[in-house]
Amino acid sequence: MNIFVCIKQVPNTTEVKWDLEKGTLIREGVESIVNPFDLYAVEEGLRIKERLGEGKVIAITMGPPQAKEALRDVIAMGVDEGILVSDRAFAGADTLATSYSLYKAIEKIGDIGIIIAGKQAIDGDTGQVGPGIASWFGYPQVTYVRKIVEINKEKAVVERLTDYGYDVVEIGLPAVITVVKEINEPRLPSLRGKMKAKKFEPTVFTSKDIEADETKIGLQGSPTQVKKVFSPPKRTGGEKFEGEAEELAEILFGKLKELKVV
Amino acid sequence: MNYFLTEEEQMVREIARKIALEKIVPVRQKYDEEGTFPHDIVEVMAQSDLFRVFIPEEYDGMGLSTLAMLLAVEELSYGCAGIALAYAGTALGITPIILYGNEEQKKKYLPMVANGALAAFGLTESEAGSDAGNIKTRAEKDGDYYIINGTKQFITNGGEADVYVIIALTDPSRGTRGATAFILEKGMEGFEFGKKEDKMGIRASVTRELIFRDLRVHKSQILGREGGGFLMTMKTFDRTRLGVAAQAVGIAQAALDAAVSYAKKRHQFGKPIASFEGLQYMMADMAIKVESARALTYMAARNVDAGEKVADITAMAKAYASDVAMQVTTDAVQIFGGYGYMKEYPVEKMMRDAKITQIYEGTNQIMRNIIASQLIKRIK
Repeated sequence: MNIFVCIKQVPNTTEVKWDLEKGTLIREGVESIVNPFDLYAVEEGLRIKERLGEGKVIAITMGPPQAKEALRDVIAMGVDEGILVSDRAFAGADTLATSYSLYKAIEKIGDIGIIIAGKQAIDGDTGQVGPGIASWFGYPQVTYVRKIVEINKEKAVVERLTDYGYDVVEIGLPAVITVVKEINEPRLPSLRGKMKAKKFEPTVFTSKDIEADETKIGLQGSPTQVKKVFSPPKRTGGEKFEGEAEELAEILFGKLKELKVV
Repeated sequence: MNYFLTEEEQMVREIARKIALEKIVPVRQKYDEEGTFPHDIVEVMAQSDLFRVFIPEEYDGMGLSTLAMLLAVEELSYGCAGIALAYAGTALGITPIILYGNEEQKKKYLPMVANGALAAFGLTESEAGSDAGNIKTRAEKDGDYYIINGTKQFITNGGEADVYVIIALTDPSRGTRGATAFILEKGMEGFEFGKKEDKMGIRASVTRELIFRDLRVHKSQILGREGGGFLMTMKTFDRTRLGVAAQAVGIAQAALDAAVSYAKKRHQFGKPIASFEGLQYMMADMAIKVESARALTYMAARNVDAGEKVADITAMAKAYASDVAMQVTTDAVQIFGGYGYMKEYPVEKMMRDAKITQIYEGTNQIMRNIIASQLIKRIK
């Protein structure tokens, strides 16, 4: 049984610099790291393997050749294999095309137990690729997982973090889950892992290798168009009222009347 | 300064540094205050393969250089010298087995430590500190067994370690030549632990008495030959005292970094105090001392691995680095001024931690005895 972990190489900064004309990230001169949320996915993948006492943890990433460094980082943590989905034909992919390409690559390897991803990447912040992969497969998915309560080869019981608390969800496997940082504390690389990582070369999948439908990959397969990149205005706080309960009730009632809610 | 470390050595340093900064620094004050044992950090060290560094490959280790082990000790000590001691004390405890153990003993004990079990070494007794030849712990022969009675004092990792190498007299009439090393395991009948010492510094490290009450061990637990215990101990210390040197370098570097960073931020008389020449000279002197202590320690480690005679150079490194740690931490507290004296800032702990490095694994006076005796022997 294979435990797939989707990772992304991202610039090491939360203060990302943008090329405003092209609407893309300026990657030059910025150190690359594994998307921090993905490290929780890697850790959980390793823990599932330890819990089940079997399986192989396979990290998969789509990106340029240098994205193999991200795979090396997670090999050092104990991941068994790394797949780099890389081809010029994939360039310009949006989340739909990316999830399609990853889906085809994962399908090619097969023997799928579970697919885990971080809740979102710190550069694009969309949180769409994990759910996208689930849709292409037609697998069940649970996003924002904060705990795997129970897991065996057939099913898993997980806790999904919500605004109001958490849901307990049972899903049949294979399935896709995306995880939040509450789920675990990622382990540090080990010395043996680092030595293995040094020599590690990923298996590279091109568009041909994964038998991709050309209309679904790269720029062509990407319906999303970036029209404009901008920082959204900061949310400002609402009006604050102070005073005694009676007084406040009156003010609030007045406001609600003004808004024609009552 | 570039010390031309091997790739493996650099990896060890990177990993140990990451553990120090990410795992140790956030909790060091808590462990120092509570004086509890950092099981969680030891677990991280084990998971990161740090215990494999000094265990040979054929016993589930990685068999790296002495310097690789010292780099781990130095970096961990940069975070907290007390927490680092769980690691360094284990290296000390297992070294005699690496050097003198037979195949069976190595097969049994080295993989345990490679996978994170702790080790300890027991020589010191209440009446035998620097005068180690004065030990009283007795091992009396009884057929294929020995009956051990006595008490060891100030034993690092006591009670936490699973493997112990202790020295006992098998023939008191022969003095130090009647001393024999035994390998003990936690849980053996008649092997107990005394109270935990309440220490000035390295408070996250555990120091206990080992108490032997009619402890019956099979002769197969003898390490090396009967009567060879004292010589083995000295040969072990000739190497392992570099662990103390590395610990001292780590403490000193941490104090220096903290002091410089503070001096740049702290303003008095309208200027950062780092702009005052008096403090600049002080910081420069601290840096000179730290770097020379490190250079001496690393070079001594290379000599150990090259099989050179190292008794005096490792003694120099230990004495010098620990004196430097004491001086530099004291100066760091001075640079912090009143704040340096407060527990809220890290340098007062470093100053308390530094003191032990001048005392244990041979006081710095004993180190100077070793150096002087070699000098007198060598120069005609």
